[in-house]
Amino acid sequence: MTNLSSPPTVSGLAKGLTSVFLGLGVLMAIIIVAKTTSAPFAFHGYIMILAFTLGIVAILNMGFGKNGRIEAEASPAGVFYNDSVVKAGVIAAAFWGIAGFLVGDIIAWQLVFPSLNFDTAWTNFGRLRPLHTSAVIFAFGGNVLISTSFYVVQRTGRTRLAGEIAPWFVFWGYQLFIVLAATGYILGITQSKEYAEPEWYVDIWLTIVWVTYLLVYLGTLWKRRESHIYVANWFYLAFIVTVAMLHVVNNLAMPISFVEPKSYSLFSGVQDALTQWWYGHNAVGFFLTAGFLGIMYYFVPKRAERPVYSYRLSIVHFWSLIFLYIWAGPHHLHYTALPDWTQTLGMTFSVILWMPSWGGMVNGLMTLSGAWDKLRTDPVLKMMVVSLAFYGMSTFEGPLMAIKAVNGLSHYTDWTIGHVHSGALGWVAYVSFGALYCMYPWLWKRKALYSLKLVNMHFWISTVGIVLYITSMWVSGVMQGLMWRAYDSLGFLEYSFVETVEAMHPYYFIRATGGGLFLIGALIMVYNLWRTVRGDGDAVPLAQAVPAE
Amino acid sequence: MTHQDVANFAESWGLLLLFSMFVIAIAYAFWPTNKKKFTKAAYRPLEEE
Repeated sequence: MTNLSSPPTVSGLAKGLTSVFLGLGVLMAIIIVAKTTSAPFAFHGYIMILAFTLGIVAILNMGFGKNGRIEAEASPAGVFYNDSVVKAGVIAAAFWGIAGFLVGDIIAWQLVFPSLNFDTAWTNFGRLRPLHTSAVIFAFGGNVLISTSFYVVQRTGRTRLAGEIAPWFVFWGYQLFIVLAATGYILGITQSKEYAEPEWYVDIWLTIVWVTYLLVYLGTLWKRRESHIYVANWFYLAFIVTVAMLHVVNNLAMPISFVEPKSYSLFSGVQDALTQWWYGHNAVGFFLTAGFLGIMYYFVPKRAERPVYSYRLSIVHFWSLIFLYIWAGPHHLHYTALPDWTQTLGMTFSVILWMPSWGGMVNGLMTLSGAWDKLRTDPVLKMMVVSLAFYGMSTFEGPLMAIKAVNGLSHYTDWTIGHVHSGALGWVAYVSFGALYCMYPWLWKRKALYSLKLVNMHFWISTVGIVLYITSMWVSGVMQGLMWRAYDSLGFLEYSFVETVEAMHPYYFIRATGGGLFLIGALIMVYNLWRTVRGDGDAVPLAQAVPAE
Repeated sequence: MTHQDVANFAESWGLLLLFSMFVIAIAYAFWPTNKKKFTKAAYRPLEEE
């Protein structure tokens, strides 16, 4: 065993090589700015020049004048955990969460009052909608996943993150990806693939960042001090590996020029559609499910102070998800030009997927056995338990909607939007909020959160918001589907399209109100976390001499 | 190699390969001698400082 107490240092060679790499990036960005005919692309060029230059300065500054020593504090067991990058990650998660929820609610109100798009190209629904989805999934969810995975892999492996520059490159590189993607949407740069809208150059950048993320993760597992790799890490690793594969394949494209933002996909027609939904559904399966299950398998036992209910079940849960999820994508293309057998395959695997999903939910919930009383006193645990209930609900609803007969009614309607949000708000966001409420006091070494009362308030306001959102979308979606298929006695369609739109107006109002409540809840959380960092209220700073936690 | 060849491979050897990998994973989960290791692992998040 290596010496636990050797403080971290950064190598001069690594600093030099990374600086040269970023310097090449600056050169390429200068060429883009000089040669491109696209003003938004030139703007992105300037952002890249600025970001890469700041990156070089930051790297050269690492351990400067201290013989490469990186400032880090040893944990009570003597491990120099890299918590600085995790802290940056949870701050970014809180920031992008608010941004994403806000844009979501703005476009919800645009659907109620269309004039709220202010009649400009930059703020119309078509540009703000991908801004919302990318902000909540990739910016909020992504930062939660990166920061919690960096925390969990260090703690369960009892070792410091691999590399000194690399984890920071992953963090800042990912933020650059978010900024380029988000500003691109507003300025009109898109390749029009749902949840994969960024154009080729942003895709290449994300690939570099993501592969570095994978290497940091694998490197940390490699030097772990526990022989068995704890199950949460399996889920995180599946998330990282699969997202890399999906991202690369779905974004295979040929740019029209290296100084223009536009590219053409390598696939066309039904192959393109199937590749897109193979990507799209597995983004749900591996980004929004496997990654967050990693959070569940660490944070629920930790918070409940109970071991995982059944470790065997967690392994069966893991491998069943891995083997089943990848086939479910075709259910997005029922009754299309996709071959019938492929649609049936997608439907069948989606229905089978119900079982491991519920196995995982039961495993999470039963982890509380012997600790159920904590639900009365700990609203953070309550939030996580409700997130599991929503996970169970949406993984029941999903297979149901994947059945072709049901899909004939639900597809292209608001029911889909309701389903997505019961998973996204109820499961993904709630388990993330639970993890953030845990991480802030741990990372800033506070005895507790600033106020548990505020957590409770956040919980109830947001829960009412979610219920308003999903119930209104159920009613609206089923009504929309029934109106579309209604015939009169002579065989003519009963309703024109615009009549269905008009009928949905009150439900859009209820949905936007629910979304507003969810946003208010999240703002309460950010206030609570900020006061926790400041050390106010119950967030008494732990003295340095007392072991953390 | 035609589309039919790929499809034939996928529905015979491909299926067999993936299914056996899955069976191995399940056997690993239920292998009696692994029980002790898994019981210990279940407590892992509660152990560190």
